[in-house]
Amino acid sequence: MMLAAAPQVVIPNFGGNPHSCVRENHTICWGWLRDNWSGTLWPALRDHVELTLIAIGIGFAIALALALLAHRHDRVEHPVSIVTGIIYTIPSLALFQVLVGIRAFGLSRTSVEIALVGYTLLILFRNTLLGLRGVPSEVVEAARGMGLTRRQILWKVEMPLALPAIVAGLRIATVTIISLATIAAFIIDQGLGAPIRDALNNGLFKTELYAAAALAVALAILADLVLLALQHALTPWDRRDR
Amino acid sequence: MTATVFEFIGHNTGLLFQLALFQLGVSAEALAISAAIALPLGVWLGHRHRGGVLAVNVSNVGRAIPSLALIAVLIPTLGVGRTSLLVGLVVLAVPVILTNAYVAVEGVDRDVVDAANGMGMRPREVLLKAEIPLALPLIFAGLRTAAVYVVATATIGVLVGTAGTLGDVIYNQASYRLEGVVAAAIYVAGLALVVDVAFAGLQRLATPRGLRSTTDYSRLENVALGATQQ
Repeated sequence: MMLAAAPQVVIPNFGGNPHSCVRENHTICWGWLRDNWSGTLWPALRDHVELTLIAIGIGFAIALALALLAHRHDRVEHPVSIVTGIIYTIPSLALFQVLVGIRAFGLSRTSVEIALVGYTLLILFRNTLLGLRGVPSEVVEAARGMGLTRRQILWKVEMPLALPAIVAGLRIATVTIISLATIAAFIIDQGLGAPIRDALNNGLFKTELYAAAALAVALAILADLVLLALQHALTPWDRRDR
Repeated sequence: MTATVFEFIGHNTGLLFQLALFQLGVSAEALAISAAIALPLGVWLGHRHRGGVLAVNVSNVGRAIPSLALIAVLIPTLGVGRTSLLVGLVVLAVPVILTNAYVAVEGVDRDVVDAANGMGMRPREVLLKAEIPLALPLIFAGLRTAAVYVVATATIGVLVGTAGTLGDVIYNQASYRLEGVVAAAIYVAGLALVVDVAFAGLQRLATPRGLRSTTDYSRLENVALGATQQ
C-alpha cells in the first residue's frame, strides 16, 4: 500500500496499554474510543470541520463572483464551466501531489485548501447561475417598473429567489468536500482521514477505522441537514411540500 | 515540467494504456452490477409513486460516504482486493442510478399515463410503452453520472490492493515521480471525459424522437451533479 506522506509504522502502536480487545482487533473497542476521543478523534473531527468551512467559504466567494459576472455577461459562462469542469475531473490525490510539488505550497494546509476550493467551484458556480437564471423575467420587470436600481434588483429580488438553488449547490458541495477532505490526510496530518490512514497502517485497526468513517458520514449528513434547515429559514415563502 | 510529462507519456504509452483499459473494465463491471440492482428498483418505485423519501435521500446519504472511508470499512470484511473495490464502487454508484431512475419515472406527466390508460393499455404496457420511453433520457443521465463517478473513483483501487488501475501510478510517486503522477492524472481525467461523452451520446440515442428538443435536463442537475469526485 503506497500511502504518500504517511508515517510508516512498523510496530502497531495503538496508544497506551493495549487492552485485549485492541490486541485482538475486535470490531469496536469502547475503551479505546473513550481513551482516544479527546486526543485523536475529536481533534480530527474539529480539523475536518475547519478544512471544510474554509474550502466552502472561499469556494463560494469565488463561485458567487463568477456567477454574478456570468449572469451579466453571457460570454463568461462557457469558459468558466469548462475550466471548473476540468478541475473537477482531476483525481484528488494527483492534484494534491502536484500542489505539494510546488515549492511555495509544499506539504501544507494551503495545498489541501487550494485543491478543495477547486473542487467546489463547478457545483457552486453552476447552481448559483442556474438559480439566478431561473428568476422569472416578469418579476425582474416588475421590480424595474417599481424603480429599483440594478443593484437593488440583484440583492433584493434575484438573490433571494435564487437562494434555494444556491443552497442546493452548497449542500452538494459541502457533502462532497467533507468526503474529499479525508484524502487530505495523505498530505497533512489533519482531518478524519488521518485516523483512517493510521488504522490502515496499523494492521487494519477496526475500532479506529469504523469510528473515523462513521464520524465522517455523520458529519456530512449533519451538515446537509443544517444547510437544509438554513434554506427553510431563509426562504419562508417557499414552503411547499418539500 | 510539461515536457517531462509528455516524455513520460511517450515512454510509457503501453503501461498507461493497459492500466486505463483495466480501469475501464472494472468500472464497466461495477456499473453493470449497480444498474442491475438500481434500475429495476428505481423504475418500479417511480411507477408505483412510492418510496420517494427513500429513493431521493439514499443518494444524499450515498454522497456523504467518503470513498476512502467506505473502502477502508470494506477491507476488514471482504479483504484486500478486487471484490472490495467492486463492492465499494457499486455502493457508490447505486444511489445515483436509483435516484435518477425514480425521479425520471415518477416525473412522467400524469396526463400521458392517463391517456395511455384511456387507450386501453394494460399496466405493463403503460410502463413499457409510455413511462419508460419518456423517462429514458433522465435514466441515462443517472447512468452517465454514475459511470463518470465510478471511472474516476476506481483510481483508489490501489488502496485496496487491486493493482492495475491508473491509481498504481498516481499513488506511487516514489517510483514514477511527479511526471508519472501528472501523466496518470491526465489519463484519468481523459478517461472520465471519454466516458462522459460516450454516455452523452447514448443519452441522445435513448431519447425518443419527439422529446429531443424539449427534455428538461436541468431538472436532474442537482441530483446528478456532485457525484463525480472521489
